[in-house]
Amino acid sequence: MIQILFFFFAAVAAGAAINVLVQKHVLYSALSLILMLTAMSVLFILLRADFLAVIQVIVYAGAIMVLFVFVIMLLNLPEDEDGADRLRWLKFIGIPLGLFFFFLVGATVWNVEPGSGTQAPFVGSPQAIGRALFTDYLLPFEVTSLLILIALVGAVVFAKKDL
Amino acid sequence: MIEYLTSFDFLVLMIKVIVIFGGVMSALAYLTWIERKVMARVQMRPGPTRVGPFGLLQPLADGLKFLFKEDVIPTNANRFLFVAAPIVSLVAALLSFSVIPFGPWLQVTDLSVGLLFIFAITSLGVYGIVLGGWASNSKYPLMGAMRSSAQMISYELSLTLSVVGVLMIANTLSLSQLVASQQSTWLGFIPRWNIFLQPVAFLVYVVSAVAETNRLPFDLAESEQELVAGWHTEYSSMKFAMFMLAEYANMVTVSALATIMFLGGWSGPLFGPNWLQAALPTVWFVLKIFVFIFFYVLLRSTIPRFRYDQLMKFGWKVLLPLSLANILVTSFIVAIS
Repeated sequence: MIQILFFFFAAVAAGAAINVLVQKHVLYSALSLILMLTAMSVLFILLRADFLAVIQVIVYAGAIMVLFVFVIMLLNLPEDEDGADRLRWLKFIGIPLGLFFFFLVGATVWNVEPGSGTQAPFVGSPQAIGRALFTDYLLPFEVTSLLILIALVGAVVFAKKDL
Repeated sequence: MIEYLTSFDFLVLMIKVIVIFGGVMSALAYLTWIERKVMARVQMRPGPTRVGPFGLLQPLADGLKFLFKEDVIPTNANRFLFVAAPIVSLVAALLSFSVIPFGPWLQVTDLSVGLLFIFAITSLGVYGIVLGGWASNSKYPLMGAMRSSAQMISYELSLTLSVVGVLMIANTLSLSQLVASQQSTWLGFIPRWNIFLQPVAFLVYVVSAVAETNRLPFDLAESEQELVAGWHTEYSSMKFAMFMLAEYANMVTVSALATIMFLGGWSGPLFGPNWLQAALPTVWFVLKIFVFIFFYVLLRSTIPRFRYDQLMKFGWKVLLPLSLANILVTSFIVAIS
C-alpha cells in the first residue's frame, strides 16, 4: 500500500516539477509548483514526518506561493512569447550545471551504504524537531533567522525611498 | 490491505465519516436559514416564512434552485481554472472536518499535528478565491480576489500567532488532547477553559477569524457596493453554491477551533442514562459552535464595513503586535511556573 502511494505521489511530484518548466504561462508554472509541493508533503507523511509535511504546506504552498500567485495576478503578465529568445545564453551555463548535478546525484547514490532493511526509529514529532533545532543545530538556525532579517530590512529599504 | 478493508475498524471509520459529512453538510445548509432569519429579525423583517413552517424548508428550496439554474461560463474565462476554483475552495474547506473532534468518540482521525493540519488546509483554500477571481477574466472578480488574498495573508499571521499561547499551556498540537487538557475545574465550579488564561489571545483569534472567513466587517473581498460580488461575480448555479458552502464551512471550522482551544471543546456537564451521556458532549460542542455563529451573524447585521487601509492597519499594527506580546508574556509565565 505504502509503495503504491509512494510511486503515485512521486510520479505526481516529478510530473508537476517538469510541468513548471514546460508551461508557457507563468501562472500555470506557479500552480504546478504548488501541486509539486503538496505531493512532496505527502511523501513526508509516508516517511512519518507529519510535522514536516504540514509545515511544508503551511510555509511553501500556503504562504510563499500565495505571494507568487498574488504578484503574477497583480502584474497580469502576458504570455511569455520571446522567452526562449531571452534565455538563449542560459544553456551555456545550464548544461554544465545540469551535468554537475547529475554527477553529484550519481556520486551520492554510488557511495550510499545499503541499509539493514529495518526502519530506523525516526522521530518526526514537533518536540524532537524543536529540541534538535535548539541544541545540535542552534548556530545554523540562528544564522538562517539573521538571513531572513536581512531580507526583511532590505525589503523595507526598497519599499521606502526616504526613510 | 484487504484484511483492513473488511475489518470492523474500517466499518466504524466509514460510519463516522458518513455521520460527520452528512451532519456538517446539512448544518451548512441550515446556516443559510439561520443567517437569513437572524439578520431579518435584527433588521425588523420577518425573513423567510413561505417555504415550510418558519421557512424551515428554505434551504431545500434554495438547493433545488441552485441545481436548476443555468450554469454560465463567461466566453473569455479560463475554462479549466474557472471550474477548478470552486472545487478547490470546497474541498479545502471540508477536509478540515476530518480532524475536528465532535465528541470523545466522534472524530475521523486524531492527528498528532491536527491543529497545524487545519491551518495548512485552510491556507490552501485561498487559492480557490484567487483562481476564481483570476479565471473569470473580469475586473471586479480580479479586484476582489486580490483584496481577499492580501487580507487572508495578513490575518493568517495573527490568527496563527494568537494560538501559540494556548499551545504553550496545553503542550500539544493534537485537537483531542487540547480538549482533554481543559477537562477539570478551578475551585469546583469554574471550568478549566483556556479563555480565562488567554483572554487576549481569544479576542485576537475571534477578530482574525472573522477577517479570515471574509465576513463583515472585513468582507472587502466581496463588498457589494464597490465590486458587485467580488471574486464570485461571474459564478452562477452550482459553482456559486460551492463557493457559498465553502464560506460557511470555513465559518464552522474557525468556530470549532475557537471552541476547542478556548472553550473546552466538547466538555460540559454529563447526566442521565448511558445513551444521553454518550450524546451530550456532541450537543455541548455544537451549542458552543452555534454561539460563535450567532455572534458572526449579529456582527454582519450590525457593523459597517472597514475601509481597505483601515483593515490593513488594524491587522498589522494592532492584532499582530498584540498576539506577539501575548506570546512573550505567556512564555515568560510558563517558563517561571
